[in-house]
Amino acid sequence: MLGVTGQKRGRFLLYRDEKREPLMVIRDLKKYYPVRGSTIGKKKPIIHAVDGVDFEIYEGETLGIVGESGCGKSTIGRQIVALEKPTSGHVLYQGESLSDMSAGRLRKIRTHLQMVFQDSTSSLNPRKQIYDILAAPILYHKIVERDMLDEEINRLLDLVGLPKSMKYRYPHEFSGGQRQRIGIAKALSLRPRLVVCDEPVSALDVSVQAQILNLLKQLQDELKVTYVFIAHGLGAVRYVSNRIAIMYLGRIVEIADTQELFDDPVHPYTQALFDASPLPAPKLRGRQRIILKGEIPSSINPPKGCRFHTRCPYAIESCRVDDPKLIPVKPGSSHLAACPVVLAQRKN
Amino acid sequence: MKNSTFRMVIKRFYKHKLAVASLYFLVIITLLALLAPIISPYDPNQVSTSFSKPPSLKHFMGTDQIGRDMFSRLLYAVRISLFVGLAATVISTIIGVTLGLIAGYFGGVIDIIIMRITDTIMSFPYILLVLVAASIFGPGLWNIILILGFVDWPGAARLVRGSVLSLRETNFVKGNVVAGMPNRYILFSEILPNTIGPVLVYATSVFAISILDEAALSFLGMGVQPPTASLGNILNGAESITILTDKPWLWVPAGVLIVLLVVSINFVGDALRDAIDPSAKE
Repeated sequence: MLGVTGQKRGRFLLYRDEKREPLMVIRDLKKYYPVRGSTIGKKKPIIHAVDGVDFEIYEGETLGIVGESGCGKSTIGRQIVALEKPTSGHVLYQGESLSDMSAGRLRKIRTHLQMVFQDSTSSLNPRKQIYDILAAPILYHKIVERDMLDEEINRLLDLVGLPKSMKYRYPHEFSGGQRQRIGIAKALSLRPRLVVCDEPVSALDVSVQAQILNLLKQLQDELKVTYVFIAHGLGAVRYVSNRIAIMYLGRIVEIADTQELFDDPVHPYTQALFDASPLPAPKLRGRQRIILKGEIPSSINPPKGCRFHTRCPYAIESCRVDDPKLIPVKPGSSHLAACPVVLAQRKN
Repeated sequence: MKNSTFRMVIKRFYKHKLAVASLYFLVIITLLALLAPIISPYDPNQVSTSFSKPPSLKHFMGTDQIGRDMFSRLLYAVRISLFVGLAATVISTIIGVTLGLIAGYFGGVIDIIIMRITDTIMSFPYILLVLVAASIFGPGLWNIILILGFVDWPGAARLVRGSVLSLRETNFVKGNVVAGMPNRYILFSEILPNTIGPVLVYATSVFAISILDEAALSFLGMGVQPPTASLGNILNGAESITILTDKPWLWVPAGVLIVLLVVSINFVGDALRDAIDPSAKE
């Protein structure tokens, strides 16, 4: 679909040749936030939440986005569902830029792009019954006729494994896991093609986490919906994702198929991330572990050159100057990493 | 269930004994005021020849300087005072909530303009503003209501703007934006119901303040004009030292009524604040 939507889109043509059609293309996305507060006369400091990110989301896949808090992963999620406008760059849905759409067109497209929030308590209006919470968007977008509404809501509750007798209850009468199920039902009620799950299980008990993850997987099989799964824990992401992008300070440092990434992490940050979590990764056991020292630098003044060089054990002089690009690990590979040093070492 | 939240609020309200007593007092006073035409033994404006008589069997709260029955006048005065307070509160709350919603939700330039107007009105000496307005537009029942209504809204506007700002950041509002719901739905169906609680509490204090302001204005002769009785212009008759010292029946009942009304409204407001606080237990 990309490239056929007019010559204006031509400059967004994929530079990577993939056999599949991307559902969404993110190109050089940047999102800066001014720091709140009054600094009279001085220029306001700016947080570089997302600072130049490129990737694709393919139909039917689950793309995991992993990184520390503040690395910009949730910001990307908000751009994908058009909750915020990017500072620069584009989020292209089926070749169309979300920020260039007319209000009417965007309103229609919004039903395709839904979101499941982390905090299930604040994602449901405390003063409304579940029935009303689910019904309003369905009726507004005329997903079903009014006389089919009851049936549709029963179907949705059934889909997420809640008894339909619960529909007249208020959010505070549910447990965290149940509320997250309702959040999923709400996101799916508009029959979306892409759902951004912004840390959907981080606030839940471990036993409930597994249930919700399994529910998400099962729904994907049934409904062929695409997920962007944002998390800071590797376990959950590894379990649900086909591909994973690792973020550090507003940049993607490595992106690869899940198996490939865990078998052969290239970027030093990815390696450090894996070393820091107690995952069974036999291939890594013989290798020296990378233990990160120091704090993550401020995103107000991100380091020049490679953003990771201040904490990187392999950093060389050029890392302080040259801003590394994402490049294929092997020619033609879909495994991309932004570390020329490690890649050069591997060649030798 | 909606029912259970409501019952919880009532239950918590009933823990405040003073507030419950105040509520009963207000209900009784309101009923008396509403039924004034039936209860009052005399026409409140009917002049008789017994001037400034102390309480007797015929006029059990005495008569005023031109021989009108004090009890009948007090009943009608409470009626007027409650009406002025209520009407001014309704007007100011509607203005304040509307402007607060707009400023909080749309932000940017609109927010700046509305909030600077709010600050300007708040920075004027309140009673002076009311006095000047009363002298420009002339005293009178409806003028007083409108004036009080128009100077009382900034507090409500600020309150609503603040809670809209925080509600706008909640996930359920964001979820509705993501769901492509229109602004009018998000504003009136998602945000507004969640601001009702604090606004209701604030309105009770505006109600009390409006009653006080009406009394002050009428006392100064800028408010409700005689012969219509209001608690303020009944007090107006007590300006002379001889009345203050020798004829307490002319001013004590009106003064005590104002104090009781204001205090009980405030007690009810306080209890309401505690009762609807969702973080409170039981």
